[in-house]
Amino acid sequence: MMRIQISKRAGVSRVADTLIRIGAIIASLLLAGAVMAIMGFNPLNIFSKIITSTTSSFSRFSETINKTILLTTLSLGIAVAFRMKFWNIGAEGQLYMGAFGAALAAFGFPELPMPLLLLIMGLFAFIFGGIWAIIPALIKIKFSTSETLVTLMMNYIAIQFISYLQYGPWKDPASLGAAKIARFSDNAILPKVFGIHAGWIITLVLVILTTILLKHTKLGYQIDVLGESETTARYAGMNTVKIMLLAVAISGGLCGMAGFMQASAIEKSITDSMSGGLGFTAIITAWLAKLNPPVMVIVSFAFSMLLQSGKSLQVMGLPSSITEILQGVIIFFVLASEFFINYKISFRKTAKEAK
Amino acid sequence: MSEPYIKLENICKSFGTVKANNNVSIDVNKGEILALLGENGSGKSTLVNMLSGIYQPDSGSIYLDGKLVSFKSPKDAIASGIGMVHQHFKLVDVFTAAENIIMGKQKNVFLSKKRMNEQIAQLNEKYGLSVTPDKKVYDMSVSEKQSVEIMKILYRGADVLILDEPTAVLTPQEIDALFDILRKMKAQGCSIIIITHKMAEVLSISDRVTVLRKGECIATVNTAETTPQKLTEMMVGSAVSLEIERPTTTLSEKPLLSVKNLLLKNIDDVPVINDMSFDVYGGEIVGVAGIAGSGQKELCEVIAGLCKANGGDILFDGGSILGLSPHAILKKGISMSFVPEDRLGMGLVAGMSITDNVILKSYNKNPGPFIDKKYAKSLAQQIVKDFDISTPSVNHQVKKLSGGNIQKVLLGREIWLSPRVLITAYPVRGLDIGASYNIYHILNEQKKKGVAVLFIGEDLDVLKSISDRLMVIHNGEIIDIVDPETVTKEDIGLMMLGHKKEEGDAV
Repeated sequence: MMRIQISKRAGVSRVADTLIRIGAIIASLLLAGAVMAIMGFNPLNIFSKIITSTTSSFSRFSETINKTILLTTLSLGIAVAFRMKFWNIGAEGQLYMGAFGAALAAFGFPELPMPLLLLIMGLFAFIFGGIWAIIPALIKIKFSTSETLVTLMMNYIAIQFISYLQYGPWKDPASLGAAKIARFSDNAILPKVFGIHAGWIITLVLVILTTILLKHTKLGYQIDVLGESETTARYAGMNTVKIMLLAVAISGGLCGMAGFMQASAIEKSITDSMSGGLGFTAIITAWLAKLNPPVMVIVSFAFSMLLQSGKSLQVMGLPSSITEILQGVIIFFVLASEFFINYKISFRKTAKEAK
Repeated sequence: MSEPYIKLENICKSFGTVKANNNVSIDVNKGEILALLGENGSGKSTLVNMLSGIYQPDSGSIYLDGKLVSFKSPKDAIASGIGMVHQHFKLVDVFTAAENIIMGKQKNVFLSKKRMNEQIAQLNEKYGLSVTPDKKVYDMSVSEKQSVEIMKILYRGADVLILDEPTAVLTPQEIDALFDILRKMKAQGCSIIIITHKMAEVLSISDRVTVLRKGECIATVNTAETTPQKLTEMMVGSAVSLEIERPTTTLSEKPLLSVKNLLLKNIDDVPVINDMSFDVYGGEIVGVAGIAGSGQKELCEVIAGLCKANGGDILFDGGSILGLSPHAILKKGISMSFVPEDRLGMGLVAGMSITDNVILKSYNKNPGPFIDKKYAKSLAQQIVKDFDISTPSVNHQVKKLSGGNIQKVLLGREIWLSPRVLITAYPVRGLDIGASYNIYHILNEQKKKGVAVLFIGEDLDVLKSISDRLMVIHNGEIIDIVDPETVTKEDIGLMMLGHKKEEGDAV
């Protein structure tokens, strides 16, 4: 009789680690391909459609990049909190509040010159997103609540608040009855650089800044220590409350910046559906990138392709749910690969038979 | 001699690349006590875990009464009459002794309480145990819990008993009581395997000793024909001096650390530190002895500013530090290398590298928002060199180091801060002999430098030989502060249980 034995690995090399992860992605593509084949589609056809529909023309490519910008920035925000093991599930709400802050600035100072106005909008977005994240942190500190639940619930408050503005006080009288908030003035809209809105530059700068923050600053170090163990942080003389509030404010602020870019460059206004749920998707991309900012750019791009191609597949008469299946399978395989990185499986005969 | 009752032959077991057991063979006869002796990580626990069915050997065979057996789970081992008392008791706190004993064994839907109590009473009498069937586990002392564990095994009809470091948490008196029980069991024909690294116990209880080192079986000797010195040499692999020096120093004029009528209550408003007063002078080591959970942890935490005292005062070099934040206390030069039950719990960040760990208390020294990575790296390299820490690199994760090296990282960092008060709790827990003596040496070096050292320890022999004064605590109170050279271990044991020495025969 064969026995399966699971034992812990002593640790794997970086190369093996990467190979296992790549293997997981290939395996997930194979499985997803098999599902497609069972459904009666040619998997190669679909895979190539996913790629061509998101990159084959400049307009398609820029659409994918627009999503990548949003996903990357949200992932950055989430990562700052997650490294501290503060489970900020509220990126969605922080995005909306950030967009609201940007809109306040856009409607408040429409006559300012563009660079100054955009700067103020970004600042407002950061502050509003940050405040929206600080509220659950304060509640956690004061009442030991679970930040997971509170940040999650704060999302719905934020979305409903934008809805209220959209259908109520901020409803644009010029829209002839449709519930819409007025368009931003032109100087409140991010200009295009090389054909894609300037948010890509902001995002790259944020990736670099976040990397520096997490890997080279005292605050980044404190965030990591606090994430590993609160008692150790306190023992080392760290002001844990201050660190938590600061890190959470940066986390929410970054998500707010995503809201600013989406509002200014894409929506050119704000709506109660402007996030497309990416605040939640970003949790997955941040996690798959192992909370490592540069990797988030790549993961976010890949996810943007999947998200973006869904629509195109539908247009071609294919079910858009295929991309969702693909997303799910990839996540499942990558998470499962962690097991193979930490454990090895061997088959051996039982003692009786060996005798 | 007839065929041994239990025989483990050429057992091999690896975890990853680590060979925990390599061709280990042991045997135990009926009515015999075998001691397994070895340093931490020598594979003692791994070996007995295979006998009790928790692990399965990679190769090798286990014979019970001459028959080849293979245990796939602890259940198989129990069915074959092999029971194990683990270091950490596996009892349900809110259940009574009887309920814990019957658990997993009961075949009928209804418990016959009367019959069970009778059986427990019989076993109590037979082996000299004192288990009260109706007592809840949370009301029990450590030694009572241990008795329940042993009873659990006997109740299942086991005749092979394995004890993994059973004496680590017991007072000298309780150890004697345990050994009486074991001798009775032996007389009844039970086979007993006891794991320990305390030499005196090996000599007093065992018939034979098997010494393990680095997963290999070094030798099996008759206890009567060996000496502690020989056993230690086999354990360590080289000659070791078992002497702990106690250098003489000149004490500081005033105490560096002064605790006055300290009171600390837990959340239930019960005092966990009750009216403690003591002084520690520069240039001395004050040892603290007490049963685990007598307030050691709380004392460390309150001095370090991690929890707020409810009364009294703590003076550092004459000035009160009560109510200051850990950060402010740290700045004053009080270093605390407090090691809780789990070494990595508070002092170190397990998932971080050596470099990131050594800067835990000094990362903030340079101005500006950035971490000085150069300083961090050179500090790490310096500490690795000075304390002879064996690691592939300074970027190695702390949790992947061995226990002794982890301890050295922690102590190295604390000492590097040149503290004036060093509080260290269980600094050698889990360390092998060589590493332990290294740590004692480091502490003595600090003492010679004029540092006030508060040493919270477990091993009474060590406490007696390293301390200049020995403070015995019980239930958050200081029972007495005694001269370690004149006090006997038995007296310390009594004090640990709360018996204050009679006036008149005080030291």
